[in-house]
Amino acid sequence: MSAHQGDNHDHGHDDHGHHKETFITKYIFSQDHKMISKQYLITGLIMGIIGIAMSLLFRMQLAWPDHQFTIYEVLLGKFGADGIMDPGIYLALVTIHGTIMVFFVLTAGLSGTFSNLLIPLQIGARDMASGFLNMISYWLFFLSSVIMILSLFAEAGPASAGWTVYPPLSALPQAIGGSGMGMTLWLVSMAIFIASSLLGSLNYIVTVINLRTKGMSMTRLPLTIWAFFVTAIIGVVSFPVLLSAALLLIMDRGFGTSFYLSDIYIAGEVLHNQGGSPVLFEHLFWFLGHPEVYIVLLPALGITSEIIATNARKPIFGYRAMVASILAIAFLSTIVWGHHMFISGMNPFLGSVFTFTTLLIAIPSAVKAFNYITTLWKGNLQLNPAMLFSIGLVSTFITGGLTGIILGDSTLDINVHDTYFVVAHFHLVMGISALYGLFAGVYHWFPKMYGKMMNKNLGYVHFWVTAIGAYGVFFPMHFIGMAGLPRRYYTNSAFPYFDDLADTNVLITVFALITGAAQLVFLYNFISSIFYGKKTIQNPWKSNTLEWTAPIEHMHGNWHGEIPHVYRWPYDYSKTKENGEYVIAGQDFVPQTLPLQEGEEEMHH
Amino acid sequence: MTVFLTIVVIALFGITLWQMSKILKLSQAKDADTSQVANDKDNNIQGKLMLGFVLFLYLLTIYCFVQYRTFFLPESASEHGVDYDLLMLISMILIMFVQIITQGLLHFFSYKYRGKKENKALFFADNDKLEFIWTIIPVIVLAGLIIYGLFTWTDIMNIDEEDGDPLVIELYAYQFDWRARYSGEDNELGKANVRFIEGINTLGLDVSDSYGKDDKIVNELHLPVNRKVIFKMRSQDILHSAYMPFFRAQMNVVPGMITEFSYTPTITSEEMRNSEFMVEKVATINKIRKVKSKKLVAAGDEALDEYTFDYYLLCNKICGVSHYNMQMKIIVESEEDYETWLKTQPTFGEQLSAQVSN
Repeated sequence: MSAHQGDNHDHGHDDHGHHKETFITKYIFSQDHKMISKQYLITGLIMGIIGIAMSLLFRMQLAWPDHQFTIYEVLLGKFGADGIMDPGIYLALVTIHGTIMVFFVLTAGLSGTFSNLLIPLQIGARDMASGFLNMISYWLFFLSSVIMILSLFAEAGPASAGWTVYPPLSALPQAIGGSGMGMTLWLVSMAIFIASSLLGSLNYIVTVINLRTKGMSMTRLPLTIWAFFVTAIIGVVSFPVLLSAALLLIMDRGFGTSFYLSDIYIAGEVLHNQGGSPVLFEHLFWFLGHPEVYIVLLPALGITSEIIATNARKPIFGYRAMVASILAIAFLSTIVWGHHMFISGMNPFLGSVFTFTTLLIAIPSAVKAFNYITTLWKGNLQLNPAMLFSIGLVSTFITGGLTGIILGDSTLDINVHDTYFVVAHFHLVMGISALYGLFAGVYHWFPKMYGKMMNKNLGYVHFWVTAIGAYGVFFPMHFIGMAGLPRRYYTNSAFPYFDDLADTNVLITVFALITGAAQLVFLYNFISSIFYGKKTIQNPWKSNTLEWTAPIEHMHGNWHGEIPHVYRWPYDYSKTKENGEYVIAGQDFVPQTLPLQEGEEEMHH
Repeated sequence: MTVFLTIVVIALFGITLWQMSKILKLSQAKDADTSQVANDKDNNIQGKLMLGFVLFLYLLTIYCFVQYRTFFLPESASEHGVDYDLLMLISMILIMFVQIITQGLLHFFSYKYRGKKENKALFFADNDKLEFIWTIIPVIVLAGLIIYGLFTWTDIMNIDEEDGDPLVIELYAYQFDWRARYSGEDNELGKANVRFIEGINTLGLDVSDSYGKDDKIVNELHLPVNRKVIFKMRSQDILHSAYMPFFRAQMNVVPGMITEFSYTPTITSEEMRNSEFMVEKVATINKIRKVKSKKLVAAGDEALDEYTFDYYLLCNKICGVSHYNMQMKIIVESEEDYETWLKTQPTFGEQLSAQVSN
């Protein structure tokens, strides 16, 4: 059924080729999914530079709290006067780093880039269901990024209540300077971001359901598409809840309502608010906040599934189990939010329920990890940079995921909640893992996006420094967390008991600075390859999926002539006929567009 | 001038990179493989590096566990903390076991099956038996962990005020300090609300409530050993979190509601201070402080005090600019010492009348 609609779509789009493209319609207000994906990527990378730079600044403060650094004054102005970082701006840096990395880099930069690039190309569609909405989605994202950056220049500092912006701290400018104009801009920016994300997600869902080419049944979809599709569904289900949380917060801040505020005496006066509860905000926030983890992670897992299979020259092991895991994770992710709130004062019985659902989510995650490892087994691994980052992702996903078993257990959470143990856990499992997914995706699909190859040797340097650095930062961090060191402390020197952790904090910061510097290698490689990279061939990785059958040139509609038809699943790597020969002689891959050959059995996956 | 110099340095750095890339290009032989796709040589090197990486990971793990063993908190100073520590130990052993095996397999396979032109990958897409096994094993293990965890959780969180003779203490949080309110002889806290805050009545006690008259408000938490304590927590302004790591206890303090946590302290401050672990730890810390003090004195600053261990309560929910220094000392002592101390503290009623007579 979907195939026919795909066919109908052709005619409408054939006309597009005749439009005269101006600079503006080609590069700025483009409705072409490939250009929009590049826009997302570059905006995301710029935001990423800002977010990572912030983390380096506050890591320096943590490592050398009594040292004066001129760079604080250069970058933070009055908040870094005389090279001493202001405690308020420290919290602001932590807050904006979290916000930017989670939403602007890993949600928009990762999912936005690759959903846009790959959904139409891998399902055999000429473009998204609505190119116009897609364009709006990007420009709303751009607008929200600009507002978020503008908020950094607010007189009393940007939002500084943590990326979770728990009220009353975020609601009362009397409580912290950043909760004035900075917080208002934060909320406006996030509201626009949510609108952008919803428009994007709806588009992805409709496109995957309706525009698959002939023969592209759901079980023949590459796992990337499954991941993007399910991610979009989670986004549509949970992002609106964050919008309502933000709206109620805006009302508490501006219109004197009491959704989250009650019985407050601050700055020498009693506030009139009565009857609200901050716990309500926590529920609403984490109803998005937890699925958000998977919104960030699933696309990365989808990307690695595709890259690992291609580079292992083997089908992904357990395709059905992988799809089932994605679905199970997506479902469970919406009913585990309470594990962020075990000690928030909510009913302890709820804590039991959330412990149960949370530990359940370990099962599909474990299945995915085992399936990745089995995919490598007896493969013929082509260790391209993208493949290295994919293996790296599996590694950090396991390390970070395992500590989740401790944090997801309400009992054990009591003593490690909000310590550096948590910081180490989620940075490995969602931060680093998702970033690896992003890097893997860029290295792998760069030829598709820019028609050039990235330099592999620089890629190797980038990977190894990052891989060692990331573990160097986050592995020791678990241990300072186990010592009971709270996160979001401007300095630990107020507690002599933590004095012996100072060396470890220096070590972590040194690793962070080195790892941060290694990202410059990536940036250099990325930019120079766009202009001076070696021209690519059509299918450099010898991949089966449809995007590599499309010509590499800037054109709207993806394929000249008819769109390709699909006859098989995308993982027929190293498939042999009954006589032991490759399906196509001398070639270890079979593109999806090739009909079943004589003597070949179709996989009943 | 500085700006100009910075620009010059950046420009020079850019030129350096550009020149280096040129040299790199020139140094490549004409017949070299320039496809930028990994060839057998790359696979070989990268595969070996993968093996090296997992060794690095193992060494890092060993280094951290050995070098940072003193970072772990000492034995729990509360009754339920013993269960907590056991559950933590079991979980830790389990995850380290899985970690070492899976990371080993992942990286070993990356090394062992590194690509060679003549090799053929095995077309192996499915195996129901295998997948069933690695679904069911996590199910069973996690079921065990969940059940154990839930029993412990229920034990900790079920706070029965009738059971035994618990001491009821209010923990009161505000930007950026703590107060503790003891319920006095009637063991009943007087009513309070921030709307009553006025003058020296900083916790907003209801002066018309007779239960509040004998309450005692202090800024140092004294607890008798081996007696159950129930904390009733109240916040004056925003969210805080009362974190008592040595007692494996933490609960958020939420404006507009009263949250609770309860535990029985089992080790006095004195005993903890003299424990082998703590003596060694404090010695290390004081050594570090001495070195630091020398530097401070050289720079004309004051030297750091010598550190003696005391339990502490700290704020663990971001609450503003001085969040990092919102703490209260906890002293666990014998019942007699506790009683003696408590007697010296004035009641709220006394404080009020003292103010009136002034």
